[in-house]
Amino acid sequence: MSDHAQHYFVPQPSHWMIVGSFALLFMAGGAVLWFNGADFGRYSVLVGFALLVLMMFRWFGDVVRESEGGKYGKREDVSFRWGMSWFIFSEVMFFAAFFGALFYARVLAVPDLGSLASRELLWPDFSGQWPSAGPGFTDPFTPMAAWGVPALNTLLLLTSGVTLTVAHFGMIEGNRFKLKLWLFLTIALGVTFLGFQIYEYSHAYSELNLKLSTGIYGTTFFMLTGFHGFHVTIGVIMLTTMLFRSIAGHFKPHNHFAFEAVAWYWHFVDVVWLLLFIFVYWV
Amino acid sequence: MNNKLGRLTGGLLLALYAELASAAYQLNFQAPVTRIASEIYDLHMLMMYVILVIFCVVFGVMFYSIYAHRKSVGHKAEQFHENTTVEIIWTVIPFLILIGMAWPATKTLIAFKDTANPDLTIKATGYQWKWGYDYIKGEGEGVAFLSALSTPQDQIHNQKPKGENYLLEVDNPLVVPVGKKVRILTTANDVIHSFWVPAFGIKQDAIPGFVRDTWFKADKEGTYRGQCAELCGKDHGFMPIVVEVVSAEKYTQWVAEQKKKTAAAAEDPNKQWTAGELIAKGEKVYAASCAACHQPTGKGLPPAFPALDGSKIATGDKNAHIDIVLNGKTGTAMTAFGKQLSDTDIAAVITYERNAWGNKKGDAVQPAEVKAARK
Amino acid sequence: MSAVIDTHGHADHDGHGYQPSGLMRWVTTTNHKDIGTMYLWFSFTMLLLGGVLALTLRLELFRPGIQIVNPEFFNQLTTMHGLIMVFGAIMPAFVGFANWQIPMMIGAPDMAFARMNNWSFWLLPVAASLLVISFFVPGGAPAAGWTIYAPLSTQMGPGMDLGIFALHIMGASSIMGSINIVTTILNMRAPGMTLMKMPMFVWTWLITAYLLIAVMPVLAGAITMVLADRHFGTSFFNAAGGGDPVMFQHIFWFFGHPEVYIMILPAFGIISQVIPTFARKPLFGYASMVYATSSIAILSFIVWAHHMFTVGMPTAGLLFFMYATMLIAVPTGVKVFNWLATMWKGSMTFETPMLFAVGFIFVFTMGGFTGLMLAIMPVDVQLQDTYYVVAHFHYVLVAGSLYAIFAGTYFWIPKWTGRMYDETLGEWHFWLSLVFFNITFFPMHFLGLAGMPRRIPDYASQFTEFNQIATVGAFGFGLSQLLFLYIVLKVSVFAKGEKAPAKPWEGADTLEWTHLPSPAPYHSFHEAPEVK
Ligand code: HEA
Ligand code: HEA
Ligand code: HEC
Ligand code: CUA
Ligand SMILES: [Cu+2]
Repeated sequence: MSDHAQHYFVPQPSHWMIVGSFALLFMAGGAVLWFNGADFGRYSVLVGFALLVLMMFRWFGDVVRESEGGKYGKREDVSFRWGMSWFIFSEVMFFAAFFGALFYARVLAVPDLGSLASRELLWPDFSGQWPSAGPGFTDPFTPMAAWGVPALNTLLLLTSGVTLTVAHFGMIEGNRFKLKLWLFLTIALGVTFLGFQIYEYSHAYSELNLKLSTGIYGTTFFMLTGFHGFHVTIGVIMLTTMLFRSIAGHFKPHNHFAFEAVAWYWHFVDVVWLLLFIFVYWV
Repeated sequence: MNNKLGRLTGGLLLALYAELASAAYQLNFQAPVTRIASEIYDLHMLMMYVILVIFCVVFGVMFYSIYAHRKSVGHKAEQFHENTTVEIIWTVIPFLILIGMAWPATKTLIAFKDTANPDLTIKATGYQWKWGYDYIKGEGEGVAFLSALSTPQDQIHNQKPKGENYLLEVDNPLVVPVGKKVRILTTANDVIHSFWVPAFGIKQDAIPGFVRDTWFKADKEGTYRGQCAELCGKDHGFMPIVVEVVSAEKYTQWVAEQKKKTAAAAEDPNKQWTAGELIAKGEKVYAASCAACHQPTGKGLPPAFPALDGSKIATGDKNAHIDIVLNGKTGTAMTAFGKQLSDTDIAAVITYERNAWGNKKGDAVQPAEVKAARK
Repeated sequence: MSAVIDTHGHADHDGHGYQPSGLMRWVTTTNHKDIGTMYLWFSFTMLLLGGVLALTLRLELFRPGIQIVNPEFFNQLTTMHGLIMVFGAIMPAFVGFANWQIPMMIGAPDMAFARMNNWSFWLLPVAASLLVISFFVPGGAPAAGWTIYAPLSTQMGPGMDLGIFALHIMGASSIMGSINIVTTILNMRAPGMTLMKMPMFVWTWLITAYLLIAVMPVLAGAITMVLADRHFGTSFFNAAGGGDPVMFQHIFWFFGHPEVYIMILPAFGIISQVIPTFARKPLFGYASMVYATSSIAILSFIVWAHHMFTVGMPTAGLLFFMYATMLIAVPTGVKVFNWLATMWKGSMTFETPMLFAVGFIFVFTMGGFTGLMLAIMPVDVQLQDTYYVVAHFHYVLVAGSLYAIFAGTYFWIPKWTGRMYDETLGEWHFWLSLVFFNITFFPMHFLGLAGMPRRIPDYASQFTEFNQIATVGAFGFGLSQLLFLYIVLKVSVFAKGEKAPAKPWEGADTLEWTHLPSPAPYHSFHEAPEVK
């Protein structure tokens, strides 16, 4: 160890990054074809996605091997901590853009469309009240209610934050069983959350007549909760990886940053959900 | 300086001045004809002078230093690298200068935004690529027309010499009375445009689905020219704005003429037209409204703008044809023409399209059918 | 550039043992110098590409009337010129500098995340290919301006989707690159190098990287919304559905304004290294430089709507954004004055890097002044979307960012390649660039004042003369850059020219000059140097 403490670990050349670049090329190119009516673009997206998964497996596999092989010292650990923090900050800003859109629409755009001048000249019978799908939208729909599945989902995610912390304690105490059990519970809660969300979406489409294309309300509702759900999915995948690594005997009571990074991420996803619950569902 | 040289330089300077002052080398804003525009003009000049002074001082110092503190003239470097006093000075002084600039700017800004109590209110709607004007309050209420570029294509394509007001001329200019506060409400039909008349000191974006406003009060009669000032697609450079400011009497006269024209143009919606009449009228509508994209030849500019010559819709079911012209196609440049064109115009242009170029459908669409399709 | 492979004795545990050669070396490399080199060449290629697009559009603007390109294609040229220059040329160039210089300047062995560093670079060619491909799809390349305002951008063909994905990928690249840079600076400084002892260039990059991480995701959000409006039936920017086209502009400029400082702060950093070196005098007001740079960064988040003075905001909003924008002149002024004070009573020589640095201060400041003019909302009403704005931002971007890139290249190329560039040709490059730059862009101020809108393929006859001058200047400026290409190729690829000593500049005092030979070894600072 002492030897590595002085020399910062610089990895050897690797070809997984270029594979990742090709993966994105296939995905982007395929998506363009697909979105513009050439359905075979889907296959290109699929190939790209498979390559991306492969890249992540192998690349992160290298990182795990290096970590377990004791190549990382204190310095590297601090790097990973900074790296993860800044990554989460970038994610915060991504969500900020969408929350910004939500607030802008609710506070500025929709009332403006219902203003006097606008009503006189363009949209005669638009009231400008939220929830709204806009003046040109005539299909009636029911907005989401907060105190049902969403409230339950809030509970689930908050609980999962606690269970994850318990798992972390298990790790620190060296209690592997506790670690694995509570990690498993966290994952289960996450999966249940996703299940509820799928249920909620289908409920919205089939019974509330609330769709992605339901004006700005549907737009913001599905885009915000959708991106969040996507992040939960990623979080669940990462937690599962941590579970497998725990089972494989990885991590030490005082050296397990990968686990902590995933925990940070999970808490971040949690906080985003709280904001969603307040601003999308509730007020 | 001896006399001869003095005269020579004087002459040269004069010549230079004349050259620069000619329209071709216009160096500054257009002559303002509203209070706001002249305030803007003055504001710009004020800023120019202040900035010129700062510029001279700052770069005077720099070039002096470059001249005096060179190694090649043997200057030895001193090693100072801090001085709180000067640093405070050069933070505070610019700040004070900025306050000096912000003060008049704030006054003009507030006047600029004051659209209350207009004498005349006109709605300006941006279309790809022309302007529509509706007089909605004040003298002339009810007058409405479209205003498109009138420069012929062969001038643009360099087949004919360019006219005096090349690209800055329209078929139907906006006409307003002199000395009256005119409020312009802007909106758009498809993408964002911007209503800009430099001589009035106004520029206001026209945003589809929203209403915004601005105002001017022109002090001088004349013809003032502006352009659309927001990229709005292919012909963004070809949608000028021409405003004629006329005396009150002339304005009243103009309004009366417009009213007469509208009355004459009002047709019985149930009148049955002959195919020949429709095609003749349709050709004009086509040239004014559709040719920009689908081209006079009907060949379009594929793939962005499809050909109508031989198109499935233009040679197929009438109703589909009426539908696309009335309602457009969302997500493409093909906008809904239902609001811009009358039933008769739409019927005419559709009939024209179905019988022009290689299209030989031989059928006709009557205004009544368009009217029926509207609901 | 020449690669001196330094095995250093402990090759195996750091894995230097695996060392592919040829193309694969560049594809798989985790070395910050290799990656920096690739960034720089990529960016120069993009500069040529973007420049050729600019020359094409300048050619069309040589005379009124439509001559060589039709209006649709003209809009594509403008848009792609803007996108390629901003995201392809300027930003990657600065990341290239960061890669080469930051580890050497803070005494680190490499970047914190060497593999991710490689990926950050290798995403760029992917994005560039998508952009180039977009010219060949039905409907052509994006043509809604580099600002891709909705709803014009929701109206376009598949080229716009390619553009959007390219931006996503370049954004991902920038975010990863920035995380790397921030982490490297915060965690990998040599012992004794406190934050307030870091070279100014490192400071400016620390702040720039922070800006990038904060705003690139916002751009990603904005273009994702455009994508959703285009294909998934959402209504973000569609009034009929309760959305608002102006919302796009708010989100875009929340990214876009910090973005322009992202393109100038590293330039400030380079200038802050070059001026003291050639004045043989320490940088004046180091601490106030740091504070000024931070203030610019913070202010940059609250001025975005100065690009939107004509959308019809309420008076209070206009006043707020006008005042906030004007305030930026204060910290920028502090920087300019500090540079002058550094030169004052120095012992100056004017090799090419210094020429470009002085040229930078002179011409960039003119661009700053016109920026201030635009910040005055009533004046901006007349100038918004005219060639005055085009003049403003080329003064700050070409004479600002690009000049700084030239200054930095001449300054550090001895360290990178171990050879001195050709001083005479370098000075020619500077003077030609300076003269032609001004011939190209100075007349544009007059065009804007007189009322010529930007983004138009054809103009009223009274604008002819100045446009002709500008076009002639543009070709001159473009040709001058071939000289630069030659100078760089000569020392790098052909390895010709005088050998450079470890410290070719008398006044240089940062670690790369004082502790490393020229060319810098493939792996430098394996053992961290001690900084007093
Ligand atoms: C490197 C990039 C860069 C930089 C540094 C700047 C710097 C500034 N810019 Fe610029 N700007 C752009 C790139 C940049 N800009 C681009 C690309 C656009 C167009 C985008 C598009 O629409 O496509 C744009 C557009 C733009 C607009 C919108 C114009 C319009 O579309 O209507 C405005 C308006 O306020 C503006 C203002 C400013 C100001 C106040 C500064 C200030 O930071 C300048 C401060 C500097 C100085 C003032 C000089 C030095 C100071 C002194 C010597 C002190 C003493 C001075 C005084 C007290 C006056 N810029
Ligand atoms: C970021 C940096 C950057 C740089 C470096 C440049 C560089 C140049 N730009 Fe800029 N430009 C922008 C950023 C930049 N631009 C942006 C953001 C826009 C706004 C886009 C929009 O509206 O959406 C814009 C818009 C813009 C316009 C307005 C277009 C319009 O509104 O329609 C014009 C017009 O003259 C122009 C010209 C030029 C020229 C002549 C150069 C020259 O400096 C280029 C010089 C370089 C070369 C010429 C290449 C090198 C030489 C060769 C490859 C050899 C071949 C040469 C010959 C045969 C002579 N640019
Ligand atoms: C701003 C550009 C523009 C203008 C002006 C315009 N169109 Fe179109 N038009 C389009 C585009 C783009 C399409 C293709 C829509 C699509 O993708 O299906 C189209 C499609 C059509 C079609 C269907 C063609 C087919 O076979 O798919 C018809 C018919 C048509 N337009 C008629 C008209 C008429 C009549 C006018 C004038 C009153 C007009 N257009 C003006 C852009 C325009
Ligand atoms: Cu309408 Cu530009
Ligand atoms: Cu800005």
